[in-house]
Amino acid sequence: MSRLLPLLAFFALVGLLGFGIWWNKHHEMNEVPSPLIGKPAPEFTLPLLYDSAQSLSKRDLLGKPYLINVFGSWCVTCHEEHPVLMAEAKKLGVPLIGMAWKDPPADSRRWLEKFGNPYDQVVSDADGRMGIEFGVYGAPETFLVDAQGVIRYKRIGMLTPELIASELKPQLAKVRQATP
Amino acid sequence: MNRWLCPLAAALLSLGLVAATAYAIDPLPFKDRAEEVRFQQLTRQLRCLVCQNQDLADSDADLARDLRKQVFDLMREGKTDAEIKQFLVARYNDFVLYDPPLKPGTWLLWFTPFALVAIGALALLRILRRRARAAVGESVLRQAGPMQNSEEEDW
Repeated sequence: MSRLLPLLAFFALVGLLGFGIWWNKHHEMNEVPSPLIGKPAPEFTLPLLYDSAQSLSKRDLLGKPYLINVFGSWCVTCHEEHPVLMAEAKKLGVPLIGMAWKDPPADSRRWLEKFGNPYDQVVSDADGRMGIEFGVYGAPETFLVDAQGVIRYKRIGMLTPELIASELKPQLAKVRQATP
Repeated sequence: MNRWLCPLAAALLSLGLVAATAYAIDPLPFKDRAEEVRFQQLTRQLRCLVCQNQDLADSDADLARDLRKQVFDLMREGKTDAEIKQFLVARYNDFVLYDPPLKPGTWLLWFTPFALVAIGALALLRILRRRARAAVGESVLRQAGPMQNSEEEDW
């Protein structure tokens, strides 16, 4: 028995390392899970991208669920994600709010004019302060906020049609069910 | 040989020292040296979310610059280091802290090394005991007659 022990220890180690490889393959290793899920979204009031004299705040949006998509004209992955939003946003049945993050408003406007605007409303967070409140650390990120203003889901990275079907839609259904 | 090694070591060392003091530089208006030192110490304990193996003091990522500004503003608002860390943890998780806090979720991280050392110590103890016993047995055998073929389990 004690002769087998080192061999068993060896196989246990191999198993552990194998598990590590499997885990790395199935998880985004530099993804930081948000502590804000299940918590009220931060209070925000941000100027509208197309009319900076007006603003949109969390209070304006209370009462029904909505999505916030954090993007920037400088963001390569956002450019990749953009056609997905163009194709899918209107089918989701909830408002999609664009948050132009750390992006001069003129650049965001030019970007949306060039490629199309998938958003119901776009707000500008040019200095990135509200991004920090939301715990944003890289665009694109997408938040699902329910009717009570609580963050229910967050996607770090681009939304793909597969992700929308497998993750976002079930979450949307749940949020809708909870909405009276 | 030694004549060459010493200057080389010195050069490498001084390089290290230079690197240690080369922070990402922002034109932040510190009011005095003490405030700057506190800021540097605090941001060195915080992780950059973009370049995840760099601290906030060191990182040149755009977000790191914003977060440094945020830390500076919080300091100016009179927040303590603990409150500033809490501010970031509330938004970005414990991951922003280089020093993970001790709580049920991190017990494995904190205590596994000690558990492994304990297991090793126990194994060592067992092996030593067995050897001691075998040695005693051998000496008994030697006294009794010609040595037997005693195969020791030796690992």
